[in-house]
Amino acid sequence: MDHSVNFDPSVHYLEPEMESPIDEAAVHDSFSHLIAEQTQDSHFNDLEMDQLDLDEEARDDVGYLLPPETRASEYQQEPPHVDHWSSATLRILSSMPSRTIGRSRGAIISQYYNRTMQLRRHRQSRPSIRDFSRSSRPSIRGYGGVESHMGDLNEEEAKRERLVNNLRNLSTSDRVRMLKAMPLSVMEKTDLRRQAFWHKESPSSSSNIPCCSQIKDYLMIVARQTWYSWLSLLSSLQLWQTALKTVSGRFGTGVLSYFVFLKTLLFFNLFLISVTGLFLVLPQAIFSPLRSNSTGFYGLELLTGGGYFTESVMFYGHYTNATLKKDCAKDSEVGCGNISYNMSLAYFFTIGAAFFVTCIILVYTMSKLFGQSFRIDKSRSILAMKVFCSWDFKVIKKTSVKLQSENISTQLKELLADVGRKQGEIPILQRLARISMHLLAWSMCLGSTVACVVGVYYFSGYMHKDLEIRAQNRHFASENPVVKEASLLALPAVVSSINLLLPGFFNIVASLDKYDSPSVRNYVAISRNLMLKVSVLGILCYHWLFRIAADPQSLHLECWETFVGQDLYRFLVMDFIFTVLDTFFGEFLWRLFSQKLLKRKRKPVFDIARNVLELIYGQTLAWMGVLFTPLLPAVQIIKLICLFYLKKTSLMMNCQVPRRPWRASQMTTIFISLLCFPSFLGAAVCVTCTMWSIKPSENCGPFRGLDTMIQSGKKWVKDLEETNSKLAWLTWVHTYLVENPVIFLFVTAMTFLVVIYFHTQVVDGQRKIITLLQEQITNEGEDKKFLITRLQSIHEKNRPLSPRRTREASEVKIFLWIYFSNILLLGDIQKQLIHLVFPFSLFIL
Amino acid sequence: MGNKQTIFTPQQLDAYQDCTFFTRKEILRLYHRYRDLAPQLVPLDYTSRPDVKLPYELIGSMPELKDNPFRQRIAEVFSEDGEGNMTLDDFLDMFSVLSEMAPRDLKAYYAFKIYDFNNDDFICKSDLEKTLNKLTRNELTEDEVRMVCEKVIDEADLDNDGRLSLEDFQHMIVRAPEFLSTFHIRI
Repeated sequence: MDHSVNFDPSVHYLEPEMESPIDEAAVHDSFSHLIAEQTQDSHFNDLEMDQLDLDEEARDDVGYLLPPETRASEYQQEPPHVDHWSSATLRILSSMPSRTIGRSRGAIISQYYNRTMQLRRHRQSRPSIRDFSRSSRPSIRGYGGVESHMGDLNEEEAKRERLVNNLRNLSTSDRVRMLKAMPLSVMEKTDLRRQAFWHKESPSSSSNIPCCSQIKDYLMIVARQTWYSWLSLLSSLQLWQTALKTVSGRFGTGVLSYFVFLKTLLFFNLFLISVTGLFLVLPQAIFSPLRSNSTGFYGLELLTGGGYFTESVMFYGHYTNATLKKDCAKDSEVGCGNISYNMSLAYFFTIGAAFFVTCIILVYTMSKLFGQSFRIDKSRSILAMKVFCSWDFKVIKKTSVKLQSENISTQLKELLADVGRKQGEIPILQRLARISMHLLAWSMCLGSTVACVVGVYYFSGYMHKDLEIRAQNRHFASENPVVKEASLLALPAVVSSINLLLPGFFNIVASLDKYDSPSVRNYVAISRNLMLKVSVLGILCYHWLFRIAADPQSLHLECWETFVGQDLYRFLVMDFIFTVLDTFFGEFLWRLFSQKLLKRKRKPVFDIARNVLELIYGQTLAWMGVLFTPLLPAVQIIKLICLFYLKKTSLMMNCQVPRRPWRASQMTTIFISLLCFPSFLGAAVCVTCTMWSIKPSENCGPFRGLDTMIQSGKKWVKDLEETNSKLAWLTWVHTYLVENPVIFLFVTAMTFLVVIYFHTQVVDGQRKIITLLQEQITNEGEDKKFLITRLQSIHEKNRPLSPRRTREASEVKIFLWIYFSNILLLGDIQKQLIHLVFPFSLFIL
Repeated sequence: MGNKQTIFTPQQLDAYQDCTFFTRKEILRLYHRYRDLAPQLVPLDYTSRPDVKLPYELIGSMPELKDNPFRQRIAEVFSEDGEGNMTLDDFLDMFSVLSEMAPRDLKAYYAFKIYDFNNDDFICKSDLEKTLNKLTRNELTEDEVRMVCEKVIDEADLDNDGRLSLEDFQHMIVRAPEFLSTFHIRI
């Protein structure tokens, strides 16, 4: 069938409102006004309809009743129960709003008329609405009549004439815009255009278009094109875009979420390094160049961070507590002045500000993600949108096309897996067995975790003792420094191997308890791994802050901060090395082994939980260490970049597609919240604890000579107050914000909580309304079905018409009409609600 | 190219400009793209409205359409004869609708037609099956296809008649912000 022959031209005035793609918000109510109008008039219309109906029943002319041929054929294709609708029912059906609202030219033209009339009234202040008021009513009679006379040329001509009239009454630019948006073939449009312009001066119209509107259009095009090209440039600039696409196409969103998370971490570290680099490393490097280093370079320092690195900008100890001053030429211009840079102050505030901003970014990202993953209107039309809207018609490269269809089918499978998972009833015995299995698995995991943590505790104690003995015994002083350095690597190696082996054990245990859904399985694995990492990190923090920092004398440490920083550096590097080894042995060799020797088809499955937790662990170390090692984020960045390529290659080579695809809709949210809550918060607590209560080293670092690091800020504020009494408020602010922040924190937290509470309440209410409306829509659908069958039965019973029956039938029809209008209206309300509510949900946290 | 003016009369160009979302320049460019598909068939002079149709095989071999799984449907929907053979008008029409300036309702209308494989003005199960098989290159099993079809109709069918009308389709499109950017062919 041909689209342009099939339709009466005027049917295509679908476009009640000329919205451009930009102003989408205005579209949603395009029909609601119309429907309201129709509901008002429905009674009137139904009377009209009945009138018509009576005439028709008398004639009982099926061909006459039927709308275009397409419709007839469509009903023949319907399932059997619809096969023999009586002609009258058919006609009612075809004139129902759900069928006509998109096509009914009568209705659309009326709206269109109203708009143009309003427009004209504004311009000419001449109320000419009377001429059109009759035809502007949405008339079912008009619609049905004309539709049934499709073949009738005269009728079509009349309709066309009205349309052309319509167009003529518009201003030129409106007319052109209208014409452009009609879903007609160019040929018919040209025809219409010729007719519409006939009465005006001349057919050459472009000169008639007001210059400014032409310019406006042109500007709009240009602006949009630059915007699009900018967008495409931006998206092409995005890091690892194609790599991420390949991963998601092959492995689905679950595995993708790991890589996305890695990317997020990379950005956090980039931010951190840019702050510390700009305010700490750069000034220090410029103002006090490196002292000449006498110690040799062995290469082992890369692992331990000792030796050559100890006295570099990398670690806390190298930073000066002096106020750096730029030597100005003695009698230079006024601009030079005395530029001074208080290093200890800068150190304090840089770290503080970096943590503060990171916290804000984290909370913001989290709230945004929560808004996305817990939408109000949850399940509606996700699949439908995926099917109809996800194909990108722009893509023309063969490989990209293949990738895209791969991607879509994986996503569809994931969605299906989500939908299709049903909770079957399990007999009690089986359930008991399952629960006991879960208990057993959990106790095994807990037990092993506790054992490992205790082991780490004693081992670190032992290493500490060992160091003490070495420090006190002169006998060891002549020992090879390389051996000494290497012994420092023992603790990181032990911890990293625990981090590597225990998750493997957890995986074996996890095969005991069988969780149905892969997402639950993942959450369980994540929580077990989290438990392990948090407790190990807790022990290590204790080791650093309460063993080393509390008593640096016993180790004869000149600068305990540097020592702790080096330790953190060692942990980070060790973690990376073990991950590489694990990837090589655990994934690559294991794949070779199982495929070549065991002749098994299966490849290892990418373990999302473990890998993500490893990332979080590394990030926590980086955050904790940034105070002692300002360059640690740089190390972390290098590590992350290497990891990305390593993991991606290994994934492509060694891993198989997860057997049961699942959608990680809330995975990223969970990862970010984990990053925020135990990881960042723990690191922040550690750092504040150090700053607030632990005495910095006497002989090194920017805070030497102070009781606590926070004193530097206090001293500065005091100095400021003395020199300039106007700044007294600053002392006050400082006292309450930095030194005594409890009240401030309490107040902000309370307001925050209250705001969140209100928002959740509002969102909750709206969600309830939406469910109600959805229920109503389904109910009304049922009603509609009932009424249609009823109508059908009445018609069937009464071939020879009795007036009473006709009335009954007409009543049913009236009901039907009202129901239909309501259904569409409801759909519209729902639509609007969603758009109203969505911004709130974004703000939920 | 001094003879550009003689391809179309100014009136013709104006008409095209008013009926599509293209500027004069773009119309000429599209004409040349059209002509490049078959230089021996398409005359250099369009002032007398010659009746030229390019067969679907030529249209479908354009790089913009070549790998598109819906290329045949697109050509069928936009062609006058419904079989994919296109005149210059159809050609312009197609790229006008798929251009970035076209409003959403127009795009949605034609998208609906493209997905409506059997031309019955409704997207029913068989249409959906065809769409899915084209989208995923028959990657899904029959069972999965059936389930997706059921779910899609269940989700998007507002009036419970078991198939998607244009209105249902538009209602769904309103909530899919990415539709505007995906239903777009850059030329």
